Amino acid sequence: MTVDPAVLERHGITPGEYERIVRLMGREPNLTELGMFSVMWSEHCSYKSSRVHLRTLPTEGPRVLQGPGENAGAVDIGDGLAAVFKIESHNHPSFIEPYQGAATGVGGIIRDIFTMGARPIALLDALRFGRLDSRQTRRIVRGVVAGIGGYGNSIGIPTIGGEVMFDDSYAGNPLVNVFCLGIAPRESLVRGRASGVGNPVYYVGAKTGRDGIHGATMASAEFDEKSAEKRPAVQVGDPFMEKLLLEACLEVMATDAVVGVQDMGAAGLTCATSETGSRGGVGVEIDVSLVPQRETAMTPYEIMLSESQERMLLIVKRGREAEVERIFGKWDLHAVEVGQVTGDGLLRVKDRGRVAAEIPNLALTDEAPVYQRPFAPPAGRATLATIPVREMAASPVPAEAFLALLGSPTVASKRWIYRQYDYMVRTNTIVLAGMGAGVVRVKGTSRALAMSVDANGRFCYLDPRAGARLALAESARNVACAGALPIGATNCLNFGNPERPEIMWQFAEAVAGLGEACRALDIPITGGNVSLYNETDGRAVLPTPVIGVVGLIEDASTARGRVFPSEGLEIVLLGENHGELGGSEWLATVHGLLRGVPPALDLAREGALIRLLVDLASRDRIRSAHDCAEGGFAVALAECCFDSGGIGAAVDVPAAAGTAHAAFGVAATLFGESASRAIVSVEPARLAEVLAAAKSVGVPAARIGRTGGAAIRIALAGRTEIDCALAEAEARWGDSLAAGLVGAA
Amino acid sequence: MTFAVVVFPGSNCDHDAEYAIRHAMGHDARFVWHKETSLGDVDVVVLPGGFSHGDYLRTGAIARFSPIMAAVRAFAERGGPVLGICNGFQILLECGMLPGAMLRNRDVTFHCEMVRLRVERVDTPFTRSATVGQVLRIPIAHGDGNYFAPPETIAELDAASRVVFRYVDAAGEVTEAANPNGSINGIAGITNAARNVVGLMPHPERACQDVVGSADGRVVFESVVASLAERGTVGVGAR
Repeated sequence: MTVDPAVLERHGITPGEYERIVRLMGREPNLTELGMFSVMWSEHCSYKSSRVHLRTLPTEGPRVLQGPGENAGAVDIGDGLAAVFKIESHNHPSFIEPYQGAATGVGGIIRDIFTMGARPIALLDALRFGRLDSRQTRRIVRGVVAGIGGYGNSIGIPTIGGEVMFDDSYAGNPLVNVFCLGIAPRESLVRGRASGVGNPVYYVGAKTGRDGIHGATMASAEFDEKSAEKRPAVQVGDPFMEKLLLEACLEVMATDAVVGVQDMGAAGLTCATSETGSRGGVGVEIDVSLVPQRETAMTPYEIMLSESQERMLLIVKRGREAEVERIFGKWDLHAVEVGQVTGDGLLRVKDRGRVAAEIPNLALTDEAPVYQRPFAPPAGRATLATIPVREMAASPVPAEAFLALLGSPTVASKRWIYRQYDYMVRTNTIVLAGMGAGVVRVKGTSRALAMSVDANGRFCYLDPRAGARLALAESARNVACAGALPIGATNCLNFGNPERPEIMWQFAEAVAGLGEACRALDIPITGGNVSLYNETDGRAVLPTPVIGVVGLIEDASTARGRVFPSEGLEIVLLGENHGELGGSEWLATVHGLLRGVPPALDLAREGALIRLLVDLASRDRIRSAHDCAEGGFAVALAECCFDSGGIGAAVDVPAAAGTAHAAFGVAATLFGESASRAIVSVEPARLAEVLAAAKSVGVPAARIGRTGGAAIRIALAGRTEIDCALAEAEARWGDSLAAGLVGAA
Repeated sequence: MTFAVVVFPGSNCDHDAEYAIRHAMGHDARFVWHKETSLGDVDVVVLPGGFSHGDYLRTGAIARFSPIMAAVRAFAERGGPVLGICNGFQILLECGMLPGAMLRNRDVTFHCEMVRLRVERVDTPFTRSATVGQVLRIPIAHGDGNYFAPPETIAELDAASRVVFRYVDAAGEVTEAANPNGSINGIAGITNAARNVVGLMPHPERACQDVVGSADGRVVFESVVASLAERGTVGVGAR
């Protein structure tokens, strides 16, 4: 090896990987080639640590039109249409520069969707931050929210929902996961592949600058105190440019003049050229001197590695160039022929005709290393699994805990956040932000799509396999509460450093659990993203596999939200309270503890609940539905009352069936986070029918009370435990996030 | 009856306006690209919401130079009804077809939410079918909707009864709490001296069907249709 080890280290390439490069090339790479390998073989682009595990996920099903491996997945939604969707992380950039990091995360996932020929119609975000008592966290929250809004609002794609959780582990490493869904005619999905030797390769969109060089490499390393120095690796977003690209690309793709399209995201031009080439089994030759540049004296290395935003690569049919150029001209965009498809399987990069790099496409993509990293469970799991009852302070009375939970940032209303997002543009949003799962109608059809992103990092920390199963179940249950049958899922797996065996164990367990749940609930994974190295100074975030589930509603008018729509309705609890407090919000908020065993999940029972919810909604038998999650039954009931315009509820529920946490008395029933539960409201005349329908499919169901009144009253087995004025509860829930963020600097 | 929906490169409510006019209201709508110099044979012009040219400089500041704007101005000068929604309103302010300017929202954050609007005047083509004092539930979605004008301009607008919509509370009153963006006197929409050009920040095109949460915006489109039918001025754009 003649290369300087310091050069390798700067590129994040191990000596072993360098040997592999030399073997694949049959010679030593030059610096440009080394740079190209470094980004393509980074964890972010190559999935080298995660690939062996991801292969085990179920990715096929009768509705799947496109599984993993393309820019986004796609499922058939009838009427000749496909729903194209994916989720991606932009965690590291969002820590360094919150506004631009989040904004370009939105821009990146939107490009993935319209690259497939789909018009994006909805965005969701899963966000994780540290505690709000940190000034830095408040700054990050404000910046991330403004960045998401700034990009999505401008480009005109509604941000219709999402979820936000707060935990100290995310203080130095927030998570910003962005989900996008688009609609395309199923027969005209566009793939990111090159074909047809001699076809021209076009560069379209913004000019290339020196921003974002080695962004993918940055996303593949831990953070430390020097991370702020990496600011030049964060890109700056231009939503107006992306809007032009979006409209122009959709117009061009409708002409049939395009063979393949790939956006330039992570690893920029290198990734776009090598991936389209290797997917199509062809070579690609470009000349970087033809690439529009906004800085002078850029080297081939810089041009190939730049992650400047809002750029696309198009492979066009020879002879149709004028047509394509005319459309981009209409939108005042650069569309420059920078090269062509070749038959030799090589990525050949020229600079004014002189070869600057020449690498087999497959060496950059399929031949990237795959690691079977060692994994082992962390020590101390047995201790973690117990809740140290004897060492804990006395618990507050339920009424007090109830208000504390409603005011906890994780539970509290996210209105301060979603009000900054345009969630109505495109006039498809039929369950408004904050009112349940995100639901958009599909214009031109009778259908609607519901979508939800979910993960509970606490459950995953205590038991990653159980936590991932619960994440998928919750996301699927959320879309089912909207009346939608889950038809596909995407995942964004946020973990720490995979080179540590206990982190790799978390990852492997979570993927295994996700696969189990997907198979049991018959929901294929159509794509996703892995974000590793989410650590600062050696401290990892809670393992957070965010799952985005998409569900189909046959008749848009049957979509349901969480809120009780009127007084005098019967309230029915589907599922049972088992009093499981392990990893609960109650334990965290009231006792500051993360301990115990996550709630048990019977996937067969979950599946029955999901099908029941969809059936009842589709036949108009329920008026609202809301699942029980953080804060348990009591919080879920309160959430059904909030935003209703003052409709309270009075219920009487049986004490928890299980006795797992009897030591905590009624708190276990009220605030336990057992899975597979939903609160539905029913017209009195339909009550018997709804209870019978539940019984016939083996879902426990009980009529527990009625909507109405100006209070939230919860009795356990006849004894009133919570009796709180709705206005007081709603004020606590509604104001606390804004107070925590805006009140302080 | 044909509506022109002008499309600037960063318009993002153009499809919504077209959908509302065509599918919810049952009238004809046609997109007109901002680089065109003629509107064609149309009866109403809508400048839709969005971020016309990115609006990094100032909302609507560049759109006033788009070639189509000369035709829009000429259309308005002939008495043709012109409706500017959100960014469309901002563009009308920038090109001087309406007075005043937009500042950042009072709390400097973007606001997307359902608000209540009180109809102040029914002598414009876009409010003719409403009643004075009627309260409409219509969403807003903007970061720069804080209407500002010098005191003499505000006085002039009031004297000539040119404020068409104000933000109000559930009781129909203009209050600080019901004002989402800090606009002077809760002003949400105004008209020109000739009363044929109306600009408003809220989005009536987003409130034309119950399924999306409100159908109160329909009255804006119904009004202009009724107004043109009554005045027999259909086809002003063709001349």
